[in-house]
Amino acid sequence: MLALKLAWRNLIGARLRTWLNVFVLSLAFILIIWFKGILNGWDEQARRDTIAWQIGGGEYWQENYDPYDPFSIDESHAVMSDKIRQAVAAGQLTPMLSTQATMYPEGRIQSISLRGVDPAQPIIELPTACLAETDDIIPAIIGQRTAKNNKLAVGDYVTIRWRDVNGTFDATDVKIVHIFRTDVPTMDLNIVWLSLTKHQEMFRMPGEATILITAKGAKSPETDFTGTFPGWTFKDHNFLLADIREMIKMKSFGGYFMFIILMSLSMLAIFDTQVLSIFRRQKEIGTHIALGMTQRQVITLFTIEGAMHSILAAMLAALYGIPLLAYQAKVGWAMPAGTDDFGLTIAEKIYPSYSLVLVLGSTIVVLITTTIVSYIPARRIAKMNPTDAIRGKIQ
Amino acid sequence: MADEALISIRQLTKDYPIGRSFFRALKDINLEIGTGEFVGLVGPSGSGKTTLLNIVGSLDNPTQGEARVLGQSIGKLNARQSAALRNHSLGFIFQTYNLLPVYTVFENVELPLLLLKMSKGERQEMVERALEWVGLQDKRKSRPAQLSGGECQRVSIARAMVKSPKIVLADEPTANLDAANSHNILRTMEKLNRDLKTTFIFATHDEKVIHYLHRKISLNDGKVVEDIIVENN
Repeated sequence: MLALKLAWRNLIGARLRTWLNVFVLSLAFILIIWFKGILNGWDEQARRDTIAWQIGGGEYWQENYDPYDPFSIDESHAVMSDKIRQAVAAGQLTPMLSTQATMYPEGRIQSISLRGVDPAQPIIELPTACLAETDDIIPAIIGQRTAKNNKLAVGDYVTIRWRDVNGTFDATDVKIVHIFRTDVPTMDLNIVWLSLTKHQEMFRMPGEATILITAKGAKSPETDFTGTFPGWTFKDHNFLLADIREMIKMKSFGGYFMFIILMSLSMLAIFDTQVLSIFRRQKEIGTHIALGMTQRQVITLFTIEGAMHSILAAMLAALYGIPLLAYQAKVGWAMPAGTDDFGLTIAEKIYPSYSLVLVLGSTIVVLITTTIVSYIPARRIAKMNPTDAIRGKIQ
Repeated sequence: MADEALISIRQLTKDYPIGRSFFRALKDINLEIGTGEFVGLVGPSGSGKTTLLNIVGSLDNPTQGEARVLGQSIGKLNARQSAALRNHSLGFIFQTYNLLPVYTVFENVELPLLLLKMSKGERQEMVERALEWVGLQDKRKSRPAQLSGGECQRVSIARAMVKSPKIVLADEPTANLDAANSHNILRTMEKLNRDLKTTFIFATHDEKVIHYLHRKISLNDGKVVEDIIVENN
């Protein structure tokens, strides 16, 4: 308690020197929390959008389907059983057929993934209603990235060529009726969406599907409502979001470097102050000993004094950081143009997400590091000769 | 001389290592200092007076012999016991004042009482009384940088005296002061010695200080060469 009181007096008495260190440390606090908040916000957004646009409450994969093996695509489709059809009719599932094809935008060849989905499906956010067929055209929708890469616009006709289930090549023109914007690139990049029945008809795969997307809400669709379907394997969120999790983990790893750099800068300031203090304040150290403190007590005093920088920094950071971070969480952080072209599930704006664990965790880490950094130079006091220290003799 | 021996030094020797050899700063010192004495260790630079003062102040240990202060053998005390002795019973006055620059006058004087874990009310009362002794009540909120040398030394005296220690050790207390301030300081200390019966031990070669001493212990080359009572004081 006494050491706290004296450390507080010393810090407040040192005025500008203290506040400069505190300010630098508070910046580190804010930046560390902000960066982690951005990653958390991105993680939440990527999960939310992927669930809303792509995977719903989980997916059943036809047993041969392997998204990482293009040679498996021809085999990864199967006729939907009556039980599956009942679940589809009940709005618990929506089927999706996935095949390979080639598109010829402006005479160029472009390999694509052709996907068929029910225009009336209520489960994912893909604007499938536009796919309702008419007699004269085959409507298709594509994402913004595909449209940009292939210079396609709404109203354009584009030739699609494919090989049906019997190995016969065929081709037709489809009309781009809508271009959608999604933050989930795996629903967009080189994908052309058709009505499921038209897709099945083109490939001569009536009643077949590759993936069955379940409705959101059930914790485990397999046990909650849809049950198991022979020949289909259920993939839950844990499995389907693994890629996003890995990507965020990689980004977090990069973030640790920034964390280390920021911490090193602020800790260097604290360390420097401590070393200078011990060098410049030898007389003061000697005086404390003469007045009745042990060398260990003086070490504690100097360590607490250094560690208190981080407490003051946390207070200062709260003072200007909370409004700043709250404002940023409200308006978001606009991603640079073209960021999502890298195939990352990322929105135009990321809204940072700050949790109590993040704030408290960062504060505790900074506090512990500051204490250690303060203690290391303070140990030198133990080796000082008090009589020399009193005279300010450099030791 | 002494009413009773507060400090008892027997065959005290102090060596400082210099490379493989050593320098003998004190040789076979025998002394007794009693309650209420106003005594000076007098001698030229290097005579060993500050070394002796540091040993009495439990800031240093003897190499041989014994120094007993208030019944405690300095060489046998551990760090905590030494600190406790200084904290409770000894006051220090330094040549360069050694005030904490970021503290106010009040806080500087209050510091020894904080170490004694006294209550706020007690501290307030005792600091005010100590500042009154040295005539600095109006400077309680000033910082050392805003004071003259004489005022700084008066603060240093107040800090040494605030806990009413049994012994005050003053190392060249007037070395940085002009004549007027030196006399002022010495009169203050003499009055405190008289009123509170505090034992004052000076290490000095300043004639102004020597003039005030009641007992003069002369040191030369680490030996006591003279120990006399000054009759006119």
